[in-house]
Amino acid sequence: MAETAAPMTQARTDPQPKASRLRRMRDSDLWHSFKSHPSAVFAAVLLAIVAITALLAPLITPQNPYDLAALELWNAEIPPIWAAEGQWPYVLGTDTQGRDILSAILYGSRISLIIGFASVMVALGVGLTLGLISGYFGGWIDNVIMRIGDVLLSMPFILIAILITAIATASLPTGLKDALAAPILIVAIAVPSWVQYARTVRASAMVERKKEYVQAARLIRVKSWRIMLYHILPNCLTPIMVAATLNFGLAILSEATLSFLGVGMPPDQPSLGTLIRIGNQYLFSGLWWIVVFPAVQLCLIVLSVNMIGDWLRDALNPKLR
Amino acid sequence: MLAFLIKRTANAAFVMLAVALLAFLIFRFFGDPVEMMVNEQATQQDRAELRERLGLNDGFVTQYTRFVTNAVQGEFGISYRNQQDVMVLIKERFPATFELVLVATIISLVVGIPLGVITAVHRDSRLADALQLGSIVGVSLPSFVVGILLILAFSVTLGWLPAFGRGVTVDIGWWSTGLLTPSGRAALVLPAVSLSTFQITLVMRLVRAEMLETLRTDYVKFARARGVPAGRVHWRHALRNCLMPVITLTGMQIGNLIAFALVTETVFQWPGMGLLFIQAVTFVDIPVMAAYLMLVSLIFVVLNTLVDITYAWVDPRLRDDTARAGGSNG
Repeated sequence: MAETAAPMTQARTDPQPKASRLRRMRDSDLWHSFKSHPSAVFAAVLLAIVAITALLAPLITPQNPYDLAALELWNAEIPPIWAAEGQWPYVLGTDTQGRDILSAILYGSRISLIIGFASVMVALGVGLTLGLISGYFGGWIDNVIMRIGDVLLSMPFILIAILITAIATASLPTGLKDALAAPILIVAIAVPSWVQYARTVRASAMVERKKEYVQAARLIRVKSWRIMLYHILPNCLTPIMVAATLNFGLAILSEATLSFLGVGMPPDQPSLGTLIRIGNQYLFSGLWWIVVFPAVQLCLIVLSVNMIGDWLRDALNPKLR
Repeated sequence: MLAFLIKRTANAAFVMLAVALLAFLIFRFFGDPVEMMVNEQATQQDRAELRERLGLNDGFVTQYTRFVTNAVQGEFGISYRNQQDVMVLIKERFPATFELVLVATIISLVVGIPLGVITAVHRDSRLADALQLGSIVGVSLPSFVVGILLILAFSVTLGWLPAFGRGVTVDIGWWSTGLLTPSGRAALVLPAVSLSTFQITLVMRLVRAEMLETLRTDYVKFARARGVPAGRVHWRHALRNCLMPVITLTGMQIGNLIAFALVTETVFQWPGMGLLFIQAVTFVDIPVMAAYLMLVSLIFVVLNTLVDITYAWVDPRLRDDTARAGGSNG
C-alpha cells in the first residue's frame, strides 16, 4: 500500500512529464499483477474490443439497423452465415424485418454500455457526496442520509428500479417517454446503488476526521469541502474503485433486465435487453439467432467486467499481498 | 438484549412505515384513483361520491394513517385492472412463487455446498480452477438469459420439459400446489434451475471461503493427524462449521429470490406474484403494485431483522454495534 500511495500524493504536488508517468505505471504493482493474471488480460482485451466496436458501430456495420429505408423485407429471417442459406454481409443473420443482427447488437451494446457507465457515475457522484457529508459532519444530517439508505436497502434492488421506471414513464407525456427512456433508466439504476458508496466513504470519513492531519487542516481554516475532497476522499478510493467496477457489471445487467421486462429502452432504440425481449418472441419459431447472439454479447460484456472486478479486488487487497 | 431487541424492532417498523409512505404516495398521487376506477360514462356526481367514499378529501395524515391501518389488516383495495380484491389476487398467486423460490433454494444448497467444498479442498487443481471460472460465469449470466437458453435447449430443441405455465395443480385448502402432479413437477424444473443459477454461485463462493479458513484450524489438523479419513474430515468436521453463514445467507437471500422470481416468472409465464406485478406495471394497476411492494419489503425486513437478532443472541458483542450502525447487512 505504502509504495503506491507515496507516488500518488507526489503526483498531485508536482505534475511530472508524461514519459515518466507512463514508466511509473509500467513499474507499478498493479500493472505487474495485471500482466500475471491471464484472465484479467483476456477480460480487458475482450471488453476493449466490445467497447471499440460498439462506439464505432455507425462506421463499421453493414447497415444502420434503425434506418427503416435500409431494411428490405426480402432479406428477412436469413440465418447466420455458416448455415446453408446464410448470406453475406449478414454474418449473424437477420430478424423478421430484414435487420442485420450484428449491426443491431453493436448499436445495442453502445446503448447498454453508455447507460451502465452513466448510472455508475451518477451513483458514485451522489454516494461519495452524501457519504462524505454524512461521515464528516455527523449529527442529524448523517442520521437522515443513513436512514434513507436503510430504507432503500430494505427493498430489493430490481424492485426499486422497476418502480422508478414504471412511474416515470407512466407520468410522462407519450412524446417524451421514448426520448427520456435512457436518462430514466440511468436514474432508476443509480438510486438503489449509491448507498453502498455512501456507507464505505462514511465509515472511512468518520475515522479520518478524528486524525491529527485533519485537525491541523481545520486549524488553519482549510474549507470543509476541501478537506473532504482532497484529504479524506483519497483514503477510501481503493474499495470504491473495486465496488464501482463490479457495479458497472451489475448496472449493465440491471438495464438489460429492465429492458427485457419491458420497462426499459423502447424497441426503436433498443439496448441488448430490448433485443433479447424482441428475439424471445421468436423462440418457438426456430429463429434462434435473433435471441441467442444478443444474449451472448450481453453475457460476454458482463463476464469481462466481472473478471476485471474480481482481479482488481484481489490485487488491491493488502491482505492478499 | 432487551434494549437491542426493542431497538432493532423499532428500526424495522420505521423502515416498513417509510416503505408504506412510498407505496401510499404512489397510490395517492400517481394518477387519480377515482379516474382509474370509474368508467367513461360516470357523471360528475358519481365521481364526487366515490371520492368522498374513498376518503380522498381527508387530510394527508389521516389518509396515510388509514392506508397503513388497512395495509396492516391486509387490505390494499381493488385492482384497477380486473376489479378484484388485491389481497385475494396475491393470495392466489403466492403459492406458485413460494414453491418456485423454495425449490430454487434447495437446488442452490444441494449443488452449491458440494461444489464449494470441492473447490476449497482441491484448491490448486484444474477442477477447482474450472469451477471458480464457472462461478464467475454464473454470476455474470443474467437470469432471463439462462431461462431463455434453457427453454431453447430443453423445450424447443429436445422437447423434454414444458417452457411455460405450472402444469396441473392440486388444491389443498387455499394453497394450490404443483408438487404433487408429474406435470406440475416437470413444469417447475426449468424455472427453478434458472432462478437458482445465481444463488448456486453465491453459496459455492461462501462455502469455499469458509472452508479455506476452517481447513487451517487446529482441530482439522488434529483430526488429520489422528488418521481420520480425509473425506470424513472435510465433509463432517470442517463442513459443519461452515454451515452457519450459509444458513444466514440463504435466509437473507429469500427476499431477493422472491423479488428476482419476477424475472423468471416473466420468462416462463409462471403464474406467481411476480408475473402479477409485472402485468400490474404494464397496466399501471397501482393497488397491486403497492401491495406487492409492501409484501416483498416486509418479507425482506423481517428476515433481515431475524438474522440480526439471532446473531446478537449468539454473539453478545454485536448488540451494541449493529444497533448503532442500523443493520449494516445489505
